[in-house]
Amino acid sequence: MKPFTRIEGLVAPLDRANVDTDAIIPKQFLKSIKRTGFGPNAFDEWRYLDQGEPGKSNHDRPLNPDFALNQARYQGASILLTRENFGCGSSREHAPWALEDYGFRAIIAPSYADIFYNNCFKNGLLPIVLPADVVERLFQATFAVEGYALRVDLAAQTVTAPTDETWHFDVDPERKHRLLNGLDDISLTLQYTDKIQAYEARRKLEAPWLFV
Amino acid sequence: MQPRTLYDKLWDAHVVQVEADGTALLYIDRQLVHEVTSPQAFEGLKINGRKPWRLNTLLATPDHNVPTTSRVAGNAGIVDPVSRTQVETLDANCADFGITEFKINDPRQGIVHVIGPEQGFTQPGMTLVCGDSHTSTHGAFAALAFGIGTSEVEHVLASQCLWMKKAKAMQVRVDGDLKPGITAKDIALAVIGRIGTAGGTGYAIEFAGSAIRGLTMEGRMTLCNMAIEAGARAGMVAVDERTIDYLRGRPYAPQGALWDQAVAYWRSLVSDADAGFDAVVEFDAAAIQPQVTWGTSPEMVLPIDARVPDPLDAPNLVKQADWERALMYMGLSANTPISEIQVDKVFIGSCTNSRIEDLREAAAVAKGRSIASNIRLALVVPGSGLVKQQAEAEGLDRIFRDAGFEWREPGCSMCLAMNADRLEPGERCASTSNRNFEGRQGQGGRTHLVSPAMAAAAAVFGHFVDIRNIANEVK
Repeated sequence: MKPFTRIEGLVAPLDRANVDTDAIIPKQFLKSIKRTGFGPNAFDEWRYLDQGEPGKSNHDRPLNPDFALNQARYQGASILLTRENFGCGSSREHAPWALEDYGFRAIIAPSYADIFYNNCFKNGLLPIVLPADVVERLFQATFAVEGYALRVDLAAQTVTAPTDETWHFDVDPERKHRLLNGLDDISLTLQYTDKIQAYEARRKLEAPWLFV
Repeated sequence: MQPRTLYDKLWDAHVVQVEADGTALLYIDRQLVHEVTSPQAFEGLKINGRKPWRLNTLLATPDHNVPTTSRVAGNAGIVDPVSRTQVETLDANCADFGITEFKINDPRQGIVHVIGPEQGFTQPGMTLVCGDSHTSTHGAFAALAFGIGTSEVEHVLASQCLWMKKAKAMQVRVDGDLKPGITAKDIALAVIGRIGTAGGTGYAIEFAGSAIRGLTMEGRMTLCNMAIEAGARAGMVAVDERTIDYLRGRPYAPQGALWDQAVAYWRSLVSDADAGFDAVVEFDAAAIQPQVTWGTSPEMVLPIDARVPDPLDAPNLVKQADWERALMYMGLSANTPISEIQVDKVFIGSCTNSRIEDLREAAAVAKGRSIASNIRLALVVPGSGLVKQQAEAEGLDRIFRDAGFEWREPGCSMCLAMNADRLEPGERCASTSNRNFEGRQGQGGRTHLVSPAMAAAAAVFGHFVDIRNIANEVK
């Protein structure tokens, strides 16, 4: 996994609440057996005017001019700014894969759905929770100032505006440690093999039917 | 010992290790595997030279991509080559690793969340995961069951464990008697309508109260299935005699002396009388009416006798914008009576409502009637091959066919339209599935979530009707 330490990046606004993972990456693209290549189809139904299909070239598809992320001023954005309950719905990890492949490294929202939030950390994508009033101010600033960029520092747990105004955000120490160092969860877990086996031996005595 | 909730008991029994910040390594008893969220996990295992930790904790089946038309040709019958490759990849991975799989033309194939309980693979006291958010379904058996992403699918395959923070506990109490025609689906939608799609975020929900005790296991599964639509990764119901009766004799259920030992343990899987919850939400069962969603989120739901809301009445500006967008997408005007909304298609199926009891409730409405002339397609998709067999043994297939419904092969089908069953742009559907998100049933498709009886009634009348008005005729 790609480590996340600090970034300074252009902010793209997605001014909607309850953006679900079906919207982030529609179902037809879930047929892929790969982990990569979902970026061009992120937000497919909002982003393009025609219907997207796996294998179809996205270069000459008609873009929806009303979709914020299509505006020239937000091209190259690495921070997605959005509203509450982002990533609700399906558990598809294709959603963070698509956002990461699109070029986002961090998301700022007042809240996230649990499974999506969890999936982000497995993919070097940092989901930042800031209070709704701060998010509202960031929306206003993003709309008002072309090229509006924020600095995110995971070690310090801060988001900093161009004015140097800084907001602190919370993140689990364990998740932070893994993301900062780009650690592979499975290798870490397998260091606990003895403990897992001891649990199994104990559990087998209590609940043998689980081990038939 | 301090009184504990059911969730506490399930959690405590599975903790392998706790880190300083409270993150726990949790042991996972069972994993269900399907074709969509597993290929990258198996690829990861292969790249790193890893193997599944415990093979007999796994059960796989293809469900999302499979066609609901004839299965005679097996995988070759999947017309879309991309879908076919995904199903073939599951077959190959299961063969390579030695994982039990119910393949496309196995009579036991079906939606993972239907076949787990049906096989007795899902049992009380277990931790059970699947790369699918509707894994919450299995909590109906007093299991701790939740959906995970593909990285975690791989993690559980490789280590039989997951790193997790304990959630808060919410009790949703539904007391009293449901009115005739009101189902678990209506309870689920009423709960989501009240607490919202993020109301359960960060919580594990235990459904309790006399109305929940009164539900069949199928009803409890429907309810727990929709916990995720309220934002809760896990929903659960305590063990009672119904739970135990349901599991007795199922293929994967414990046998002989182990059965007795298991049952004795299972009976302890209830919240202690004085256990505290972080949140409690109470409902009067008798006040729950037939529910119909009108928008593009499951929380946009109202009783059948209501009118489509006016965005000007929204509680805040964010919601007002949401409602406006939803009405535009749904092609609805404010203040339209819900009962005047006409539908084009009807879908009875999905992991929410494709079990035998669901099909019986729908068939009771369809019996002796015909679908309305404006209905382009009314699909009935059983949740598994065994549900289909049972329904056919009871003659339900004939009732549906005689009324003009199509009787199909099992799978996820038009709940998410990964196969050929889908809505065309602008088409409106009465659906027994779980999500009315934009594009969920096909790009531009408009979904209204309802119970099986309400869906069948919409097929017969061509628009939504109050099931209570015809419930008297339905025996």
